[in-house]
Parts: sequence; structure tokens; C-alpha cells
Amino acid sequence: MPESKKKLKLALYWAASCGGCEVAVLDLDEKILTVAELADIVLWPVALDFKYKDVEALADGSVDVCLFNGAIRNSEQLEIAELLRRKSKVMVAFGACACYGGIPALANQFDRESIFARVYGTTPSTVNPGRVLPQTKLPTPQGELHLPTFYNAVYKLDDVVDVDYYIPGCPPPPDLIWTAVEAIVSGKLPPKGATIAGERALCHSCLRKKEEKKVTAFRRVHEVIPDPEKCLLEQGIICSGPVTRDGCGTRCLNANMPCRGCFGPTPEALEHGASMLSAAATMAEGKDEATLAPILDGIVDPLGTFYRFTLADSLLRIRNKALVAGAEEKEGEEAAS
Amino acid sequence: MPGPKIGVYVCHCGSNIADKVDMDALRDFAGELPDVVVSRDYKYMCSDPGQDLIKADIKEYGLERVVVASCSPRMHEPTFKRACEVGGLNPYLMEMANIREQCSWVTVDRGGATRKAKALVRSAVNKARLLEPLEDKSVPVDPKTLIVGGGIAGIEAALKIAEAGYKVYLVEREPSIGGQMAKLDKTFPTLDCAACILTPKMVSAAQNPNITLLTYAEVEDVSGYVGNFEVTIRKRARGVDEKLCNGCGTCQEKCPIKVPNEFEEGMGLRKAIYTPFPQAVPNKPVIDRENCTYYKTGKCRVCERVCPPQAVRFDQEDEIIKERFGAIIVSTGYQPFDPSVGKQWGFGRYDNVITGLQFERLSNASGPTGGKVLLKDGTEPKAVAILHCVGSRDKNYNEYCSRICCMTSVKFAHLVREKTGAKVYDLYMDMRTFGKQYEEFYNRVVAERDIYFIRGKGAEIMEDPVSGGLLVRVEDTLLGVFREIPVDMVVLNVAMCPRPDAQEVAQKFGIQRSADGFFLEYHLKLEPMKTANEGVFIAGTCQAPKDIPDTVGQGAGAAAEALKVVLLGKVTVTPTTAEIRETLCSGCRMCIPLCPYTAISFNEAKGVAVVNEALCKGCGTCAASCPSGALRVRHFDNRQLLSQIEGVCAE
Repeated sequence: MPESKKKLKLALYWAASCGGCEVAVLDLDEKILTVAELADIVLWPVALDFKYKDVEALADGSVDVCLFNGAIRNSEQLEIAELLRRKSKVMVAFGACACYGGIPALANQFDRESIFARVYGTTPSTVNPGRVLPQTKLPTPQGELHLPTFYNAVYKLDDVVDVDYYIPGCPPPPDLIWTAVEAIVSGKLPPKGATIAGERALCHSCLRKKEEKKVTAFRRVHEVIPDPEKCLLEQGIICSGPVTRDGCGTRCLNANMPCRGCFGPTPEALEHGASMLSAAATMAEGKDEATLAPILDGIVDPLGTFYRFTLADSLLRIRNKALVAGAEEKEGEEAAS
Repeated sequence: MPGPKIGVYVCHCGSNIADKVDMDALRDFAGELPDVVVSRDYKYMCSDPGQDLIKADIKEYGLERVVVASCSPRMHEPTFKRACEVGGLNPYLMEMANIREQCSWVTVDRGGATRKAKALVRSAVNKARLLEPLEDKSVPVDPKTLIVGGGIAGIEAALKIAEAGYKVYLVEREPSIGGQMAKLDKTFPTLDCAACILTPKMVSAAQNPNITLLTYAEVEDVSGYVGNFEVTIRKRARGVDEKLCNGCGTCQEKCPIKVPNEFEEGMGLRKAIYTPFPQAVPNKPVIDRENCTYYKTGKCRVCERVCPPQAVRFDQEDEIIKERFGAIIVSTGYQPFDPSVGKQWGFGRYDNVITGLQFERLSNASGPTGGKVLLKDGTEPKAVAILHCVGSRDKNYNEYCSRICCMTSVKFAHLVREKTGAKVYDLYMDMRTFGKQYEEFYNRVVAERDIYFIRGKGAEIMEDPVSGGLLVRVEDTLLGVFREIPVDMVVLNVAMCPRPDAQEVAQKFGIQRSADGFFLEYHLKLEPMKTANEGVFIAGTCQAPKDIPDTVGQGAGAAAEALKVVLLGKVTVTPTTAEIRETLCSGCRMCIPLCPYTAISFNEAKGVAVVNEALCKGCGTCAASCPSGALRVRHFDNRQLLSQIEGVCAE
């Protein structure tokens, strides 16, 4: 069929993610039908029943585009990321988790051991008297079962494979997805490494009135009903607008909620969380440590607030790809044996 | 893509660096770094032959970047920038690695020093790779100089500049210029009367048409930069029309209110309308509104009635003067140490324990006793103790030597002998007579009768239970005995201290302070009048304790510095300022209130922040705080700094 030859081959995959990105694709509404017309889907675990072996059977580079959402938490996700990279011409980190680690990467505050101890031991709902922990090998009468290794840390997609484009967001908004689809279909692709979003920070699109950034007390969203006309930061609500990429359509701000940072850092910001931390600190209106401390104490969970989506993208930890993958593999084998 | 061609030049600095760092190893290491096409070492890179190496290599190897591993950039950055420029390379494509102050001078570990030097060189090479060519800019200079503080340093500076034909504004907080020197009696070592040598200069300053004298005035705000400082001065309301007042003094005579006189160190009284001392310049009184009956009750107005030229103006308001200046000299002087903080000296508890300045006033012919050295009860003392180093050379108070106290003490001893029959006990730790004719003066006083020099620190002053007089306890370190000396007057030669508002003044003028609290000079030995803020100079005792000759010298030196700025007519402004990349700025306005130089404003039309590069000093506060990374400091941007960190950390 000559026509189907022209059709794009598309793969969608979810790694460590919540499924929201999958729903975001469906949020294209009737345009999803256009996507179906333009592309043959070769893998989409959430919706279609293709197997990994079907992908393995494809020729390398035969998939036109892979939309990969979710972070890398275990060895299965790494394996499929590497497989899809091999098979795809264009690899897209889709959503905040694939781009920056996202919410799962907040677990990088802890190592595997303490995560297991908590999840399989001390949470109030856990009953695990035998202290059974996840294993990578399980002997059964039918033979040994192999399960993925849980890594010591969460990685963003480009820590483990080469990524061509980034579509940020938690989840990416439909209009951005559509922009990306159109670019792919038309072949008018941006330079490799581009992020399909704005270049400036979100404040640029925010229509709220901005005056002087001076704060005498930080408040959380449930403690106050903010003035919808005024800059949220100036009302003492931590809003990541100044450090976060534009392009989301100010969805949260329209709902009178602060920006949570899911579009990640602006192109020239070194550190998403640290930049916001520094911004918040400079706004606090105090003369010395004694007067500043109570204001800054009003910021509950600073790490989780400032690095909500970008802890895996932080300078706070080593990002060397070879180191990451190599060390984890070795560690996984040791843990298994 | 190959990087730019880099040349690395390692300096031995004689043995300063070579003693601790293995020069051959460092040179070879640098040669192996990526993009480095030539690396050399030389005994003195800053010498002409050293610089010639760089110039020649730029041509021969087509160098695109130069790294010099030597001393601090504060020392020789201009030297090597010039060498590059002469060699045909943009001077901002040169980077220095400080392997002297930050490496060889701070360790005894040769191996460690070599390792660190390698890390610093790798870091500098990393940054050099990312350097961008920049061009200096020049801006015109306002030819006026502002001098803040009208003591002898400020007066001297003002006169020198004015005599050279340039305009000066001399701002003094007190009602008269003259400063602390105006309070002194005789001055060592020549025993000239202070007023006799000072007042002619004060009068010259007032009469020189190039000097605008603003007394009873304070600088409120300083913005701008070298060549173009915008200064706001508040000239406080005197309550007297200076143009009409003829200085006859009738008002002071008739004013019914008497309050302690600050000028007399609290010993005499003055009126509520007053000139601080008879030779005041300008000789125009001020009304002390806190104590004047009219301002308290709305009644009195005696001075207004008796004033022959009708110059009293109760409704006069403060005047705000805004002027632009090319250079600023800060000569705000010192504050005497307050000995009441140490109970051992009994100051404030015993009537006849006085400070050096109080003694000066007693001994001064125009002082409260008409120049007689008397006890509080009006009788002549029979024995006087003079204590050196009160609040100085003492880790509990100030570690530094206050420099003038030895000579002042010797002078006091002489004056006591000249004016009374009292015996004098001079209690010294070390006798420091460092100046011209000082030792000779000391020898002259040592030979006088009834002056006893005792080597030891006056430890405690207490009441003599028998006589009711004072007892001074001292360990006589030459005899090796403890002594209790009965006296009836004690003079505490207190330390010169930074003024209590030194921090506020430092912030206002963008200058720094050293650990002792005095204003920080650019270089202790070689740039004593310059500060880190270009175009702002310091002179006199605001920089460190000093005697009159040194203060006058600094005043004149600061005048030369200021003249250098205004005479050139233009100043070079460094291009290493902040820059806003408009396409990245989101207009969040985080940076605007943070800029200490008010160099950032907001462009409403474009919705972006704007940096005035002439005002910007390149401090980097805005760039560090810019959440989106739209702001960067040229020559110190994030990429360059990160590459340096990587260079230091990699091994």
C-alpha cells in the first residue's frame, strides 16, 4: 500500500509517570482522529496491545517519532528507553517527568534502601511482618522469573538516552502537543534539542499587576484567597512563574493558583529550584537574620516546593549519563545476587 | 570544532610562587590542556621581557586567548590586559589564575600548592575558552569635587583643588569647619597653637571663590558613578539668614538658655543660639532647636529682637541641594574612644579623670578655664597621671595602635609642667616617637623637671581612701614592682575610633571598612586614598588613626586623586557590567529593588527590565537573582563561572 508508506510510524510510551500525559494526548479531542489518519501507532501500552517484541522486530530507525513520558526509575524503563531510541528517528521527552524527572524525582531525596524501608515497612497502611522486599529474581516451578531492578535514583530521559525534543508540562497542554504533531507531520522541525514551549519565563504572559517584590510573610494557597488581579508572589504565595518556561497558557494562574513549575527552567536558568529559592529569599523584607528567619520559615517544604518537577535536572546530583547507567546496572546486579 | 588557541604563561614571581609551586610541572600540565598551543614559564611575567613573550606569541601562534598564572588580578590585571592589547588581542580575552595570594602564599605544602595551581590554571583555561571580546567605554566627567567632612584633611583637599582652579563643595555636619583639630591647644612637636595654624586655612577655604562651603549640612544620598555622582545634600536650617548675619555675637550674649557645649567636650556651656567657638568659620550662629525656648513654647524670641541686622529666621527650613560631582573625597574623621565603657578607668565616676581632648580644652586659652589646667573644684593639681593606650593596643577594645597618643602624652606632660607646679607621671607601654622631630621633642621633655616616665600600662584608677584623691595602679615593668601612685588628676589618652555612623557613611558612598572599622583603602601601602568605589577617595582619620602631618598629606593626596579624575574630563567605564537579554526577560521585576546602584529600571512598553550600563558596577547581584537567567554580567556569566568550577573540581 503506497499510502500507508507515507503514514508516520508513532510510538508512545510511559515510564515512571502517573498516566496524565496519556490523558493529555487523548485531550486532543477530535484531533486524535487526525493523528490516527496521519500515523500508524506501533506501541502505546495504555491503549493498544502491542508487545515489546513487536517493537524489537522493527528495523532500527524505522519509527518516525517516539513520545516518551515518565522518568526512569527502574531497569525495565531504561531498557525500553534504549530500545525505542534505537528504533526511532525522533525521540521526544514528553511531559515534566521525562524532561526533568517530575514528581517521581522528588524521591531522589532518599536512596533505595530508605524508600523500601518506608514503603514496605513503616507506612501506616503496611502489614509486612516478613519484611518482604521487591526482588529481581524469583525461582518458580516453571523457571526463574526476572523482575526489573529498582534504581537508587530517578533519572530524566536524557540522562539515559539521546533526546531530540522536549515537550514540558504536567501534563503538556493539548495546543503544544498539536504544535509538535504539526511540526512533525510537516517536517518543519526545530533545531535538535529544542524545547517546544516559550523562551521567556511565565511572568511574561501573566497579566497580573506587578509592583514591588517585597514580602513580609509567605502563605500557602489554602490559607488565603488571593487577589486575582495582583502578582501572587507579591501576595506572599510562592509562584514559580519567574523561573519557569512560558507556554502553558497560564492555566494555573487563570484558576487563581500559583505556577508550580511544571514547564521547567527557562533556557538560561542554571537551576530551577535554586533560582526560585534565591528569588524568594530576595523578596523577604527583613533587615537581618533575626527578622528574615521567621519570614522564610513560612515556606513549607522548600525543596519540594522549589524543585517540585526538576530535582532530577538539578546540579545537586551527578548527571553524567555513563556514570548513571553504569553504576546503577552494576548496583542492580549486586543487589540481585 | 576546535576551540580557540590559548597561550598559558606561568610566573615564578621571583621565589614568591616558585618556592611552593613546581613551575616545570605546572607549565607542562598547562601545555597538555585542550586548546592550549603554547605554555611558558618566566621569572617575572610582569617585567618587560615577560610581557614581550605574550606579545610575540600572540603574533607567532595566532593566540586567541591568553591565560596568565601569577598574582592577584588586583595587582597586574591592567599590566597583562595592556600587553594583550599591544600584542593585538582584545584585552578582555585574557584571564588570570591567582597562584600567589590564593596559592603559594597561603601554604607550606609544596605538593599541595602545585596541585592547587594546576586546578586554578585548568579553571582559568576553561573560562578563557568562553571569553568574549569587550570594548571599554568612556563618559564625560563633571569637573566639580565633593568633599565630605571639613576637618583639616577636608580643608587641605579643598584648598588644593580650588587653588588648581577647580570647583569644590565642602560639606560639614557641624556649624563650623575645623574638625577635631580646632579643639586642640598646642600641637606636637613644635608647640604651635592649633588655632594659629588652622584658622588661616579655614578662612582661606571660606574666601576661595572656587569653594562652596556648606556647613550644618549632610550628604543624604549618593548615586551615579565616577565622573557623574548625583548627590543630595541637606543643608539644615540655621535659623539665621547667613547673608544678613554679621557675626556680631549679640544673640549669643543675650540668649537665656545654657546647655553643655559639645565643642568643650561637655565642660563648658553654650547658648541655644551659638557658634561653637570664637574662630568658627563661617562665623554665623545656629539655633539649637532642641533646646531653644521658642521652639519648645513659642515664646522668647530674644535673639530676634536684639539682632542688629535682623537676621534671625525662626521659620527657616532645611534646604535640599542636588548637585553632580566628578569625584568625592570622604574625610569624615574619627570619634574618640569612650573610656566610660571600662570601669577600671573611673571615667565619669571620678571628677578629675578626663580625656585627652578635655585636657586640650582646659589648656586652650579660649577653653572653659581660659587656658588654666585646673581640677573640677577650681584648684591647681599637684600630681597628674597621663595614661597611654586607653582603648588602643588592647584586645578588649581596639587592637590597633592609635599612633598619636605617645606624642600627645609627651605634649601634655610638658603643658602641665608649663602651666602648673604639678608632678607628672606618664604611664606608657612603649614610647613610639616615629615622626619628624618627634624623638627630639620627647628627649626635650624627658629632660624637664618632675616628669616621671613609667613603663607600664595604667591598670586601674581608684579613690585614695586616705586623701580622697586618686590612686593609679600600674605595674612598673622596668623596676618589676606594682605601684600605686597618688595623683589628683588623670588624663586618659583615648584611642581614635571610627565614627559611630561609619557603616551608614560607608554604604552611602559605596566604600568598604576594614576589620578595625575604619574605611578601607584600595591598597594599604600603594593606594591609601583610593577606595573600591572608583572616584570616591578617603583622607585623614576616617581611614586610620593619624597625626596632623599625615592627615594633611592625605588631604593633599586625595586632592591629587580627585584632580586626576576631573582634569581628564572623561572616565573609562568598564564593559564588565550587567546585560539584559530582552528576548529572555519576563518582566518579573525581581531585580529592580536589589540593585545597589539603582541602575535597573523598567520599560513598560516592552515589558522588560533595562540596565543603565553607565551606572552599573558589575556587582552581579541582579544576575545572581534573575530567576530566568535573562540577566548576566559580561565577563562573569554563568557559563564562564560554571566552567571555572568544573576546572577546579575536575581531577
